[in-house]
Amino acid sequence: MTKSSRINSELKGVWAIARKDMRIYYLKPPVLIYGIMIPFFLFLAFALGRDVPSASLVPGMIGITLFFTASSVGPIIVPWETRMKTLERLIACPISIQSIILGDILAGFLFGIIISLVPLLLGVLGFGVNVINYYTLSLCILLSAFCFSSLGILLSAPPTDNPSNIMMLSTIIRLPMVFISGVFIPVDQLPTGGRIVALFSPLTYTTDLLRHSLQQHHHYQIALDVLMLLAFIILFLILGMGFHKKSLSKRL
Amino acid sequence: MNPAIEVENLAKSYGKLLAVDHISFQVKRGEIFGFLGPNGAGKTTTQRILTGVLEPTEGRVFVMDYDMQKGGFYAKRLMGVVPEFANVYIDLGAWENLMLMAELYGVPRQRRKERATELLEMFKLYERRNENTKYFSKGMKQRLLLCMALVHQPQILFLDEPTTGLDVQSARLIRDLVRKLNEGGVTVFLTTHNIEEANLLCDRIAVIDHGKIAAIDSPENLKKAFQSVQSVEVAFAPPFERIDLLEKLSCVNEVKKLGDKYRLYTDEPSEVVNKLTDLTRSNNLKFLTLNVLGPSLEDVFVKITEEHKGWNYDKE
Repeated sequence: MTKSSRINSELKGVWAIARKDMRIYYLKPPVLIYGIMIPFFLFLAFALGRDVPSASLVPGMIGITLFFTASSVGPIIVPWETRMKTLERLIACPISIQSIILGDILAGFLFGIIISLVPLLLGVLGFGVNVINYYTLSLCILLSAFCFSSLGILLSAPPTDNPSNIMMLSTIIRLPMVFISGVFIPVDQLPTGGRIVALFSPLTYTTDLLRHSLQQHHHYQIALDVLMLLAFIILFLILGMGFHKKSLSKRL
Repeated sequence: MNPAIEVENLAKSYGKLLAVDHISFQVKRGEIFGFLGPNGAGKTTTQRILTGVLEPTEGRVFVMDYDMQKGGFYAKRLMGVVPEFANVYIDLGAWENLMLMAELYGVPRQRRKERATELLEMFKLYERRNENTKYFSKGMKQRLLLCMALVHQPQILFLDEPTTGLDVQSARLIRDLVRKLNEGGVTVFLTTHNIEEANLLCDRIAVIDHGKIAAIDSPENLKKAFQSVQSVEVAFAPPFERIDLLEKLSCVNEVKKLGDKYRLYTDEPSEVVNKLTDLTRSNNLKFLTLNVLGPSLEDVFVKITEEHKGWNYDKE
């Protein structure tokens, strides 16, 4: 077997794992409903009673939908497979742990993209939001979905077979990010401390890119947003794969 | 021909615990090799290293000529694996589980369907192929796991406790299949604590205890090597309660009361029979039963694991 056919085999494995994840974990009515409802209720919580045009909140709603959907199920896959005793069978297959992780990330990535189309269409058709730059919007959705899905997989690295432990960790880390990332209040309107903290959240750059695409109102340059999302992707991938490889023997 | 499995000085530790303690052995191509040991002996850890699931702390493993640390991917393509603590995806049907495995093992699309049909029919699961496997019995799940291990027609099959907890029919089906596969040239590495299963299936057996190999040989050679665990089983009429007199008989190493019988362990059974005859005469007894028994593999196993403290029996 040549190197290229080995790579081809690994890629097919990534796709097989992603399809398995979609079938088992994502394409279930409660997960789909959760994916749409949580961002919708968060949106309502911020929009109702405030004197802001609803259209200006659409980028934030798309941002948190992407964030919550792409990173929601990923954290439970590995602990769940550890508990259900399917993980060992998977590791015994001719596929690297990196490809298994990439397959899990790919599933969250696709799920995030598909679900985020709902608030996007709602914004365009319901609130009359104009897409100013389709290219930036597409790039933003692709990079952000991959970034948040990678974050979800990183969060699943602690070697537990109890998904609720990971869900707790995931909520503790993800929920505050919504409030520091300029989702509902643009970054330039945040106090100085808030603006500094916002720099460390990938969701900040997603929201900024969405504002570029839909409102032309933005805080950072497009190139910086893209570079920061790429940097977070690399960071999450390196940490996620490293931690998962290290924690594997403790799971079995 | 190179061995199917070659293990050199293999060790695995978890912190201070040395689960596998520098073991070396070979498995010949085409044989059924039993890996026998009590719970916690290091059997499953060894199998996990051999199948590339765990990395060793020390030592080297070659499977079908591939060094597992460098060419694990290629070796895995030739292996079928049924781990002890494994399950099928219960949210998928039997067919989907098989398709997933076939895809991961690189079986071409059309061949996948033919092979899945063939296996599901062979294991009597075809009629229920689209049913969610959460409704399958343990035996059905185990048969499906075996189908998943065979979907790519492996050259070597690793089975970890494949029949534990199964009904008689499922266990027999799996054993028959293992024999059939072996006749077709598949090497089988069977990890088990079921001594009778190892006795019935294996060409050779390794006994592992406290992470060390205590013995490797064919079941019959192992029994021969432990003549001291031959025994004489005797029951008297009327019932005889003087176990102390039996223990005092010369050549008797140990006496065990088994219901209404006694088992006298010895390395000279004919001498013990003579002594017992004298005993019946002097105590006005009759033999109800009198059997001379060769050492069972279970006796050998118990003897090895009880006595194995730094001692190493390796005939090869």
